[in-house]
Amino acid sequence: MAEVSLRKVVKRYDEVEAVRGIDLDIADHEFVVLVGPSGCGKSTTLRMIAGLEDISDGDIMIGGDVVNDVPPKDRDIAMVFQNYALYPHMTVAENMSFGLRLKKYPKAEIKSRVDEAARMLDISELIDRKPKQLSGGQRQRVAMGRAIVRNPKVFLFDEPLSNLDAKLRVQMRIEIKKVHQKVRTTTVYVTHDQVEAMTLADRVVVMNHGRIEQIGTPNELYHNPATRFVASFIGSPAMNFIPCQLEDAAGKLQVRLTDKLAFPLPPARAARYQKVSRTDKLLLGIRPEHITEASAHAEEAGVENFDTVLDVTEPMGMETLIYFPLQGAQVCGRVNPNAGARDGAPLRLAVDLNNMHLLNEVTGAVL
Amino acid sequence: MTTVTLDKAAPTRKVKYGSMSRDRTWALRWSYLFLVIFAIFSLTPPVYMLITSLKSSAEISAATNPWWVFHPTIDNYLGLLTSNQFLRFFWNSAMVSVFVVTITMLISVPAAFALARMRFWGSTVLATGVFLTYLIPETLLFIPLFKMFAVIGDFTGIQLINKWYVLLILYPTLTVPFCTWIMIGYFASIPKELDEAAIIDGASWFQTLTRIFIPVALPGLIAATIFAFTVSWAQFLYPLVFTTSTDQLVMPVGIITTLIKGDVFNWGQIMTGALLGAAPPLIIYAFLMDYYIAGLTAGATKG
Repeated sequence: MAEVSLRKVVKRYDEVEAVRGIDLDIADHEFVVLVGPSGCGKSTTLRMIAGLEDISDGDIMIGGDVVNDVPPKDRDIAMVFQNYALYPHMTVAENMSFGLRLKKYPKAEIKSRVDEAARMLDISELIDRKPKQLSGGQRQRVAMGRAIVRNPKVFLFDEPLSNLDAKLRVQMRIEIKKVHQKVRTTTVYVTHDQVEAMTLADRVVVMNHGRIEQIGTPNELYHNPATRFVASFIGSPAMNFIPCQLEDAAGKLQVRLTDKLAFPLPPARAARYQKVSRTDKLLLGIRPEHITEASAHAEEAGVENFDTVLDVTEPMGMETLIYFPLQGAQVCGRVNPNAGARDGAPLRLAVDLNNMHLLNEVTGAVL
Repeated sequence: MTTVTLDKAAPTRKVKYGSMSRDRTWALRWSYLFLVIFAIFSLTPPVYMLITSLKSSAEISAATNPWWVFHPTIDNYLGLLTSNQFLRFFWNSAMVSVFVVTITMLISVPAAFALARMRFWGSTVLATGVFLTYLIPETLLFIPLFKMFAVIGDFTGIQLINKWYVLLILYPTLTVPFCTWIMIGYFASIPKELDEAAIIDGASWFQTLTRIFIPVALPGLIAATIFAFTVSWAQFLYPLVFTTSTDQLVMPVGIITTLIKGDVFNWGQIMTGALLGAAPPLIIYAFLMDYYIAGLTAGATKG
């Protein structure tokens, strides 16, 4: 078990800078997820921690030691790959014990470690099978088993669930969480799926264009995003961004969306945005769950009602997603299935401004 | 209601699938036609060899139907199989082929692994270069090579010409480039994550090669082995040029030089010798055919 630290880590491929000087401290036992769109540098970062890619600049430390020039096998790490990377000619047991056999562990210990990992992952029955006789989910378990038996300082996961179907992905997500609860090994997990990131991580690192956009717990990222990128990347359906302007009206602050539509800000928000320039181009950021049917709210502070005509509705069962145009933006809301939302029908909606965000349209910063 | 829909749908579907299957039938007919022509074309010589090998010299030169054996005899087979000379040729061929296959594999498998996986400066150019050397025909090389060995003999006193083991140096110039090329393609089709997993598991490059790559690429390895064996077993030009004494000859050259005496062709024994000579590769192909095909098509479908 060990902490992992990255100091100004850079990765250059000829002219292209894939990772642009990132700093990250991962505590012992922590489960950190690197998330971002493809090409954001998350996999490269993971591969640099693993030692599969050289570092162009900066330092990587595992357990306090700088490992920049330490070969992968001496870093005491284990990695789970997207395509499992099981050795096709070996049985499950041989796959799991390969690393231990190379290190010449006693046979009895190898057996007990493999058996224990197999029991933990519920693959004891499959121990003598070859990878081609296993399903995708079983293969991923074996790949995890191969990592667990080594009892490494750090687990590295490179998009391990991307090859699985949606249902299995949810199942395996829970498995991974259970395994981490049991073994408590420091884990770095890479994914492009923000749901995976939110559900698994102690802390999430959102990356974009080779830089870290924000580091925080899933709740922090969801409720207090630092940038427009994080705000739109975390959460599904994504946060709505509506062009708006801040103005003073009778000594109170309000956001104006259209000529006819302006919402007075609740006191807490008004205080926060007091110093924002009234001439800046701004965006009102509001999550779909904070746009609901008006009938669900009694008189509540910070909740404002307005009328609209719906474009499209998407009944999801437990809720209905509604879409309507506002200031050129397609806005999404979530209403009760019984709220009477229908395609093309008018509906009175309520927006909860206690959970609003105000963003600078030019810089993308959340104010 | 349902019946009506079905009735309406049925004719349309029938026409559609009918036309497709008619296309397919014709495609199959043409395929079979060409396959039969090809089979006749390629099987005629061996069948003729078999027929001739079962005839006596008198019957071969008699003006009878050449495609029929009227008085079958196994004298030709007995003659060759009890001749020390023929057995010597066979033994030489076997020795040369086994050694050449071993040498080829020992060189081309690590070479292919290095060129396919261990990226180093110039590796791509080198990989292409390896293949280009294969394209130079041996007819262009045998004179300079002969000269080279003669000079080596003059300077060092190591006599290479007219020794069967000179072939162990010569044949790999043909087999190593091609086998390396096949193995590069095969190794390249193995997912990169597999060696990364092995490296993280603590394997050295050599262990990755021996414990992961060679077992995984076994079909390709077998294809390369068969190729190397066939080339060295059937090679004619180099042994003809570089070996002359009868005790140093390999089979293809031995049969021709000892069974053709002046202008007298001992056709029965020549055909028998050729058939017996073709047997080992044939047996190897028969046993390893599945692997061979898997090896040749590898890389084509690997996602």
